Amino acid sequence: MFGFSRPQLIAFLAMVALLAICPFVLYPVFLMRVLCTALFACAFNLMIGYVGLLSFGHAAFFGMGSYVAAWTMKFWHVDAAIAIILGGLTGGVFGLALGYLAIRRSGIYFAMITLALSQMVYFFCLEAPFTGGEDGIQQVPRGTLFGFISLENDMTMYWLVAGVFIAGFLTIHRIIHSPFGQVLKGIRENEPRATSLGYRTDDYKLIAFVLSCTIAGVAGGTKALVFGIATLTDVHNSTSGEVVLTTLLGGLGTVFGPVMGAVVVTSMENYLAQFGAWVTVTQGAIFVVCVLAFRRGIVGEIGNFLKLKL
Amino acid sequence: MTISRRTLLATASAAATAAPFARARAQTPTIKIGILNDQSGPYTNTGGLTSVICAKQALEEFGAANKGLNIEIVSADHQNKPDLAVSLVRQWFDRDGVDVLLDVPTSSVALALQSVVREKNKVYLNSGAASSALTGEQCSPNFIHWTYDTFMLAKSTGAAMVKAGGDSWYFLTADYAFGKQLQADTTTLVKAAGGTVKGASQYPFPGTTDFSSFLVQAQTSGAKVIGLANAGGDTVNSIKQINEFGLNKSMKVAALLMFITDVHALGLDVAAGLNLTESFYWDLNDKTRAFTNRVKAKTPKNWPNMVHAGCYSATLHYLKTVHDMGAAEAKKDGVATINRMKAMPVEDDCFGKTTIRADGRRLTPAYLFEVKKPSESKGPWDYFKLVASQTGEEAYRPLADGHCPLIKA
Amino acid sequence: MQAFLSYSFSLFGTPITVSALLGQGTLGLINGSFYACLSLGLAVIFGMLNIINFAHGALFMMGAFASWMLLNYAGIGYFPALLLAPLLVGAFGMLLEKTIISRLYKLDHLYGLLLTFGLALVIQGLFRNYYGSSGLPYRIPAVLQGATNLGFMYMPNYRGWVVLAAAIVCFVTWVTIEKTSLGATLRAATENAPLVQAFGVNVPRLITLTYGGGVALAAFAGVLAAPIYSVNPNMGDNFINTVFAVVVIGGMGSIMGSIVTGFGLGVVEGLTKVVYPQASATVVFVVMVIVLLTRPRGLFGKAA
Repeated sequence: MFGFSRPQLIAFLAMVALLAICPFVLYPVFLMRVLCTALFACAFNLMIGYVGLLSFGHAAFFGMGSYVAAWTMKFWHVDAAIAIILGGLTGGVFGLALGYLAIRRSGIYFAMITLALSQMVYFFCLEAPFTGGEDGIQQVPRGTLFGFISLENDMTMYWLVAGVFIAGFLTIHRIIHSPFGQVLKGIRENEPRATSLGYRTDDYKLIAFVLSCTIAGVAGGTKALVFGIATLTDVHNSTSGEVVLTTLLGGLGTVFGPVMGAVVVTSMENYLAQFGAWVTVTQGAIFVVCVLAFRRGIVGEIGNFLKLKL
Repeated sequence: MTISRRTLLATASAAATAAPFARARAQTPTIKIGILNDQSGPYTNTGGLTSVICAKQALEEFGAANKGLNIEIVSADHQNKPDLAVSLVRQWFDRDGVDVLLDVPTSSVALALQSVVREKNKVYLNSGAASSALTGEQCSPNFIHWTYDTFMLAKSTGAAMVKAGGDSWYFLTADYAFGKQLQADTTTLVKAAGGTVKGASQYPFPGTTDFSSFLVQAQTSGAKVIGLANAGGDTVNSIKQINEFGLNKSMKVAALLMFITDVHALGLDVAAGLNLTESFYWDLNDKTRAFTNRVKAKTPKNWPNMVHAGCYSATLHYLKTVHDMGAAEAKKDGVATINRMKAMPVEDDCFGKTTIRADGRRLTPAYLFEVKKPSESKGPWDYFKLVASQTGEEAYRPLADGHCPLIKA
Repeated sequence: MQAFLSYSFSLFGTPITVSALLGQGTLGLINGSFYACLSLGLAVIFGMLNIINFAHGALFMMGAFASWMLLNYAGIGYFPALLLAPLLVGAFGMLLEKTIISRLYKLDHLYGLLLTFGLALVIQGLFRNYYGSSGLPYRIPAVLQGATNLGFMYMPNYRGWVVLAAAIVCFVTWVTIEKTSLGATLRAATENAPLVQAFGVNVPRLITLTYGGGVALAAFAGVLAAPIYSVNPNMGDNFINTVFAVVVIGGMGSIMGSIVTGFGLGVVEGLTKVVYPQASATVVFVVMVIVLLTRPRGLFGKAA
């Protein structure tokens, strides 16, 4: 199913089971935060893990998705599903425009050009009147799903977010294991060879980039609904940096790595907050240890230990 | 409906065992005060741990334990991220039983939390944030703006400087909501006092460290006053450079939002002659000196500024209110608690006697200070001399001009 | 002359005089000296070690703090600090390289970047815990106080000194790497380390020294910045993005590229501040996109 190997299928079912149990044990709003971050990291992982391109500007697509979903929700009072879809489309459109420019470069230059382009998107968001500048778009209603399910209750909202997350997760997995995904892997391993086989590699990379940005936009839109707020933090380059760290910590190019990374990073942000000034020191130390001691990331190391591809 | 003997017995015994606990809880429910501020970013010194220390000081002085109240203080770092703040505060309210949200600097974060507190019907006492929108169009029945706001700063510093002859202004403005609002508020008041505005430079925020270009533009504008509509590190940087370019010799410098902690960072030889407004200064009178003597040993590197004093004063007044209305009542209904706080007389060592207006604005006095020259300073943190003062009624925006929806009736 | 200086024209609706333009250009040049010093250090480190040093901003900050500490704890003034602080911070850098960074050389850029990013968080956090975030006072040395009238602007003497000092340091670094035998060995080690090792050169030590040198350049910029910018733990953050852009535009690892681009972008930024100040932090990235699209290896980068 969806190209899962047996251990992956078991892990996936375990994840779904956890998704079903957790909200009764843990605080649902926190879990929703984890899921939005996880979906964003999965989208990012599609680029770095399977196309081999490091995007340093993914916050631009996450943030634009978040702004558009918040704005349409607040001022047009659209359905929650429509707002999330619009968020995704915005991510995709921006991905197409920026990706068209960026995709011609590779390696560190791709990273730098995405960084520069996302800085320009940030500037646009700072100056454009519709984003509300520093205050952002606030007090966004959660509205209703399909016109009749009210999302004001945290648990109802949670099921929607969990649904969006699983849909996004499976979509990414399906993409990777399609013939299209195989070509992407071929490009990652040896681009000249893929070119010589007659594949227009730039087109493949661009399509993958647009898909990744669309899912990032969906994650951003969902987040805006959960917290009722879309702000400049979402488009800021620190968010781009955070998603790189999240994915790396969990395990680059692994299926479940980004999810694990999101759990760890978000928990750190949440539970370390009470220690005030030590937050950044602890975070920094964890990254240093991670790079020095377990470079494959948490899931990567576990997979390596169990000799499984997770 | 018939009740079997067994059920009756079971219910009775359950009630018997539960009752003592239930009563114990009903007598003294724990009240939790959550302090949310910046503890690792640019506003660490203006709020940060000193706010927590001052709130704990209030708790200690009030003697909550002797009065039968169980009070706990928790704190967290919001890293100036509105979405992190919203998620932390929701968790505080839903899971951790926090009743009061205190401090919360950074206007965007403060505004984002307004609706969360209202939804959960808790108490929100803001000391750290500046935006006057918090008691204007964004006001809430669960909210008191405790210490200062952009309008009061603009009026105290702006109008007073025009009166003293500084009738033409040039603004150096951080290009975001707070900076623009401070510039707009000050512009209105400068014009009302008969002054003119010669121009403004809106610079990118965050990310600007060098202001020389804007300072040269300010100099060529021929204005008499340069108004700094920014905060924190930006203010410190711009003043250092104003000094370097000698602008302080040809122009008056008005730091529209600056705390004594920033003056300490600059050093008196650079900051001397600056005009700024605070609603508290440790050396104002015997009571403020007594307060500072009580806390300064606990925070020796960072003496309290008005935000810290506000945290002390807000905690103290909240505790008095809880004592007056009963902890159970206070825990149950945030709006009722706020209304009681507004009705009760407010008095403490830091601000003297003050009142709280219906829109949630506490009317503190506003003091315009000038920073002393190094030769005039006699001891540590002896930085300000008082130039002018206004009463709470004079200092803040008139109730009708705020367009707070609560005030329609 | 006076007539020329007061000649005025209009650009995007903003009236501009020639003297304003000259003044802003000069100020831009001064900022450019900071960019040049910082990006030079980054370029040296990237060229020799293949590490994208994200801790550069934190090390710049340490340079400023070191000069403050030298003054307040040891009574050592600005000019000795200009030499001592880079040495101290450079030694700290070498310690970092020996103990931590050296473990990463065979890996992808990404890991070096993440590691140094983590180090930056730790360093900044520790300084903030101890010194707070409002900053510390540091004065302009008495000799360099005051200002000179250049005709088109009033130029603080200290800023003139900054340009001069930065230009000298950049020139010396360039000469060392491009024109001396030490530099030749360094460059050879970058191209083929095992071969150079075979000639009897201690390559690991050479690399440690290079990292120390790059860090010392950052610390030197930090000392230059201490009297005019707020000395606080976050002071490097504002520079680091622009400086990365400078290195990329100049061509990663190119020494000349980062010097010229550093000064050049300072001027471009300065001129933007006259026309559209809000965009002055973004203009650097606009330039970066244009350069990368037209010259993928940067202005001075070697062709792939």
